[in-house]
Amino acid sequence: MPKRTDIHKIMVIGSGPIVIGQAAEFDYAGTQACQALKEEGYEVVLVNSNPATIMTDQNMADRVYIEPITLDFVAQIIRKERPDGLLATLGGQTGLNMAVQLANSGILEQEGVQLLGSPLSAIEKAEDRELFRQLMKEIGQPVPQSAIVRNEQEANAFAEEVGFPIIIRPAYTLGGTGGGIANNWREYQEIVERGLTLSPIHQVLVEQSIAGYKEIEYEVMRDAAGTAIVVCNMENFDPVGVHTGDSIVVAPSQTLSDEDYQMLRNASLDIIHALGIEGGCNVQLALDPNSSQYYVIEVNPRVSRSSALASKATGYPIARIATKIAVGYRLDELKNPVTQDSYAAFEPALDYVVTKIPRWPFDKFRSANRALGTQMKATGEVMAIGRTFGESLLKAIRSLEIGTYSLWTKQAAHWSDVDIEKKIAIADDDRLFAIAEALRRGISIEQMHKWSQIDRWFLWQLEKLVQLEQAIADLGRTSLPLPTLLEQNEELIVQAKRHGFPDRELARLLGTDALTIRSWRKEHGIVPVYKMVDTCAGEFAATTPYYYSTYERADEVEESSKKKIVVLGSGPIRIGQGIEFDYCTVHAVWALQREGYEAIVINNNPETVSTDFSTSDRLYFEPLDVEDVLNVIDREQPEGVIVQFGGQTAINLAGPLADAGVRILGTSRENIDAAEDREKFDELLTALEIARPQGRTVTTVEQAVAAAEGLGYPVLVRPSYVLGGRAMQIISDTSELLQYMDEAVEVSDQHPVLIDRYVNGIEAEVDAIADGETVIIPGIMEHIERAGVHSGDSIAVYPPQNLTEDVKAVMEDYATRIARSLQVRGLMNIQFIVHDGKVEVIEVNPRSSRTVPFLSKVTGVPMVQLAMHAVCGGSLAELGYQSGRVAEANTVAVKVPVFSFAKLHQVDISLGPEMKSTGEVMGRDTHYEKALYKGMLAAGTNIPTHGTVLATIADKDKAEAFPLLAEFARLGYRLAATEGTARYLRDRGLEVRIVNKLAQGTPNLADDIRQGRIQLVINTLTKGLKPERDGFRIRRTAVEHGVPCLTSLDTVRSVLDIVKLIHFQTLALGDSPTSAIPSSGWRA
Amino acid sequence: MTMNGRAIARLILENGLAFEGTHFGAEGTRFGEVVFNTGMTGYQEVLTDPSYFGQIVTMTYPLIGNYGVNVDDVESRHPHVRGFVVKTFAESPSHYKQTDSLERYLQQHNIVGIAGIDTRELTKAIRTVGAMRAVITTEDAPVDELLARMPEALVPDAVERVTTQTVYRSPGPGHRVVLIDYGMKAGILRSLLDRGCDVIVVPATSTAADVLSWHPHGVMLSNGPGNPEDVPFAIATLRELIGRVPIFGICLGHQLIALACGAKTRKMKFGHRGANHPVKDLRTGRVDITSQNHGYMVDADSLAGTPLQLTHVNLNDGTVEGLAHKQEPVFSVQYHPESRPGPTDARYLFDNFMDMISQVREGRFTHA
Repeated sequence: MPKRTDIHKIMVIGSGPIVIGQAAEFDYAGTQACQALKEEGYEVVLVNSNPATIMTDQNMADRVYIEPITLDFVAQIIRKERPDGLLATLGGQTGLNMAVQLANSGILEQEGVQLLGSPLSAIEKAEDRELFRQLMKEIGQPVPQSAIVRNEQEANAFAEEVGFPIIIRPAYTLGGTGGGIANNWREYQEIVERGLTLSPIHQVLVEQSIAGYKEIEYEVMRDAAGTAIVVCNMENFDPVGVHTGDSIVVAPSQTLSDEDYQMLRNASLDIIHALGIEGGCNVQLALDPNSSQYYVIEVNPRVSRSSALASKATGYPIARIATKIAVGYRLDELKNPVTQDSYAAFEPALDYVVTKIPRWPFDKFRSANRALGTQMKATGEVMAIGRTFGESLLKAIRSLEIGTYSLWTKQAAHWSDVDIEKKIAIADDDRLFAIAEALRRGISIEQMHKWSQIDRWFLWQLEKLVQLEQAIADLGRTSLPLPTLLEQNEELIVQAKRHGFPDRELARLLGTDALTIRSWRKEHGIVPVYKMVDTCAGEFAATTPYYYSTYERADEVEESSKKKIVVLGSGPIRIGQGIEFDYCTVHAVWALQREGYEAIVINNNPETVSTDFSTSDRLYFEPLDVEDVLNVIDREQPEGVIVQFGGQTAINLAGPLADAGVRILGTSRENIDAAEDREKFDELLTALEIARPQGRTVTTVEQAVAAAEGLGYPVLVRPSYVLGGRAMQIISDTSELLQYMDEAVEVSDQHPVLIDRYVNGIEAEVDAIADGETVIIPGIMEHIERAGVHSGDSIAVYPPQNLTEDVKAVMEDYATRIARSLQVRGLMNIQFIVHDGKVEVIEVNPRSSRTVPFLSKVTGVPMVQLAMHAVCGGSLAELGYQSGRVAEANTVAVKVPVFSFAKLHQVDISLGPEMKSTGEVMGRDTHYEKALYKGMLAAGTNIPTHGTVLATIADKDKAEAFPLLAEFARLGYRLAATEGTARYLRDRGLEVRIVNKLAQGTPNLADDIRQGRIQLVINTLTKGLKPERDGFRIRRTAVEHGVPCLTSLDTVRSVLDIVKLIHFQTLALGDSPTSAIPSSGWRA
Repeated sequence: MTMNGRAIARLILENGLAFEGTHFGAEGTRFGEVVFNTGMTGYQEVLTDPSYFGQIVTMTYPLIGNYGVNVDDVESRHPHVRGFVVKTFAESPSHYKQTDSLERYLQQHNIVGIAGIDTRELTKAIRTVGAMRAVITTEDAPVDELLARMPEALVPDAVERVTTQTVYRSPGPGHRVVLIDYGMKAGILRSLLDRGCDVIVVPATSTAADVLSWHPHGVMLSNGPGNPEDVPFAIATLRELIGRVPIFGICLGHQLIALACGAKTRKMKFGHRGANHPVKDLRTGRVDITSQNHGYMVDADSLAGTPLQLTHVNLNDGTVEGLAHKQEPVFSVQYHPESRPGPTDARYLFDNFMDMISQVREGRFTHA
């Protein structure tokens, strides 16, 4: 059946902000969907709250709405736009849930909107636990047995039926509190009893445990005519028990025989036929390693993180094809876009191994529990392709940017045998490295298999890599001169390269440096070739310029006589470096193409639009490490490399690449350095007579103490060359400073620490575009939270609501002079602080920042396109732009950060100089308060319109907090507070209920939160140890129970603004309306 | 000579393209036609599929042998490939069914293997030039000498060499089916037995009289190696059988039906070998992902004027994948509905065959 002609206008729902479990993969899916629909001539209406995405670009859809993905807003857009169809299976769980809500609330029917793609019944059958189990039973697909039990008898009956091990999960306790795995009757009865007590409704879910089974996923597609195919299967390195998003995953499966493979393939296809899926679907299965018994774990009736991975792993564009299926096409009518010759109804054949490794945020959240389990914790992932398992694994490791480039880590030597056993048996982010260390210590494969149930095949592969490592280390211990040593062992070096060993690792093992190895290799012709990802293992001719490196014989890169430029991507999504940089990378590519160049992308993040092979002219799916980037440059001989769009990842490569003779396009490497290097930067500002908070660079603890005392506390302390404010802290006295220097940083000559005077003022930032002469300032953004809260965690407002014209003019002047002085070509970001009307510069980033997509969208200035024109040597004036601020828009937009705290236990949610948010949303409207309301709503903060506000306020903040709390009281909220705060408020005439602190026994404030007696928590940080721990627990309890918790009084003030906006006032005759708190201009 | 502590092996193609890698499996020199298979699993089934007789097979997937070998995944008693080419093979396989490693299996069955070569380069060479004769060797002989020793025609008598020498019977309660073994995969026999058939397996050289002497309800034609024109006796047998008994042909069996009905076959450039080939049933629109292994095909243009109807085509290259006789209860497919290795999407064809036999037996067969 060809495409449907009865529908013309289609709405696509995106996935909203980046949170753990829902990342850039849905920008990739949504972008493909929009492109596919437009290609077919449909009118596309897009709704997504995330401004940092390519899919929300104005040219991606006919109508783009960056609005909250809530029933009210989406319904309003539907009523306004009247689409014929709704495509919701490409926007992750968010899009899917919204579709179900729209259908159930009758809006789709009222407005005559058809749900495209998989029917609602398929979605419900896949998502509803009981319906799904029922269906599996009907079609004879095994699911782990489970039951809800209310007492000991029911629990025992279940155990007698299914046997041990059994997983016990108490109902309605968060994070599985009180649950566990029982291996025998004694453990079972104990855990069940505890679970029944802990569960507020006295129920526990008991489930047959399949922990330790092989975890296998199938990515399947089906069209309305019933043709179904498997795009890819994948095998988890970590057996069942670790969330698949937190597992190391390989594609295709490695340890399945054809019989196993086909058995699970048939199960997957039977399931999607039974569900009636029309589009993409993901089936997760568990296979007993010792028999052919398998179980269906779950089905996602939509495209997913795994389908993005499968698309990149195979070259088969799942989201694009799923979209075409949704508008009526059959798989056998659609061409395979890779070969252009064969059809979409086929199953890709791989002739390489793909490895995905999750990127965890534990470098940011040092207090987080690093154990991996059923709750996903990774913020992003990397993928690597190789012709051997080692090659793909080691490439993936160095793509992570965790300071580890092979199976060897510095810390491993310090782990005790007990640590190692723990890391292997209870998976954490170091598991891989712990296995390597165990192999070095002679622990047997069998032992490790027993600890972890990881398939022996994987362990053997790791053993091979460790053996190679040791063979090279042995060479390093001989006394032969290096050239002779290398000469005599060329075969071993080639072998190591084929198994993915980077030059850095060879250099470490041989006691030399990577560049020495590199030049020796090149002299001996040991250089990589590039192979194509073609979906068909070479069976058909393909023209897709999608390449990966390997150490073999035949190179497949097509020669091109066009001028080429390399754009470096930003690697995995992590806190501090999110999807914004992929947005910039993609725009840089498009701009280059417009300038007449061939754009080459190097990146390793499978979730993104930049790694869609149809984005760039050539895609190299490679680590963003110096060696791998230089190899591509050697092969392609580009005009130059662009480093300013790939976040800190790319900027950090500028130096090493320039040293190797590569031309860095845009702002020069020296000027990048002048902005990044503290002392050079100070010199620059001094020369320009621009103020900045005083600061010092120190290389010893003693110097740090002296510097802090000289500047006066509080001070802001951080290591140099930071990303997203890592390990940054506000320090208020010497003892805190000493503790910080001891725990948080490693201070040395190579690793200086920066100490700045802390200024309590308004933060603002600008992004500027410059060509060396003209400096365009598209807009200034004001931060709601005061200095001290990381700019990425602050609500940013455009245009500024509290900055005077004078202040804005000073910012413009500073930005212009800095940009000219640094000869910026391209983008630059400056962070300011305003205190008593005085503007100081906090930092300058000589690259695109995380606010570029937001600002581009709200100002309409095509920032990256302009920047690229300058980078390519063009002038901004010739495009009709002149220096200075662009006129402010007549709408107000806010960028609101989104956090993933509910998924990260033991992480403090209080805002500070270290960035903690994972994503962002935008709220935009005619008035600031309305924009803020939308932003908060889109960010998932449920602002209560009535109820109880719990306040635990530090002494230093009480005076500032009082009028805010008084305002809540006036608006009809009840107040509750701990004793100190309550007394302070009562003394000033407020009615306050006193709640017990945690130590004061039950019921205390945590119980109040848990039991729904609190609707909003306001908690400000106190100093000192004990109360802080209390604060931490209060904040965690609030997060885990979905109660908004505000830790900055600035945010509280904004929330009040919103409350006043949404609150109709009921006035008795004679009363005057409340407006005691000025909502804007309050800081002036 | 050694490489990574292993002896060196070489693979040299008739066009002079040469690869040097590490040796695994048996030692010696083998000549054969070099072909590639794109399946990512199922190497043991590939090794033991008699259709690969006389061929040097390279697997495009680079990690082979991961789950070892076992007693179940065999399509005949022993491997039939002449040589086996992989990028890497697992020295330590892992699977609960595993009885041995791939390497020892090749050693036991005297198959020469080569590893560590750029198998993608080889695959692309085959794709571009076509299937070629090649030599795989552990000898230290000069290239010219090895090429000079290469026989012109590799195995014209392949079918006679792989077919069963004796007639044997696997009794069952259902339809009596004579299965003509041209180099049969065990999966075909198993598929019939699974459907309760009383199966009599006969040699490829059987005459129509031999076959009919069993009073079969149906005749199944197996797969087999080589050029269908090399087995004129089989074609002669089929000419007599068509119209007298329901027939289902697979792979070589399919090609022989075409020849028997007056159509033509020809050699393909490099064939179809893998587990991902989409085939469309022109009558229903149904698309199956199929398992394939063939180097010859039925020429679509030659069907005009024959009693054959084109029923299935390959979605990728439009080649003939299935035929049905316009009057008689005879049909055939180029691919492998018995799978092993590969998808089982097309297993229903065996059910169709059973239905056809029932219809004929009950006198209600009408051609669709």
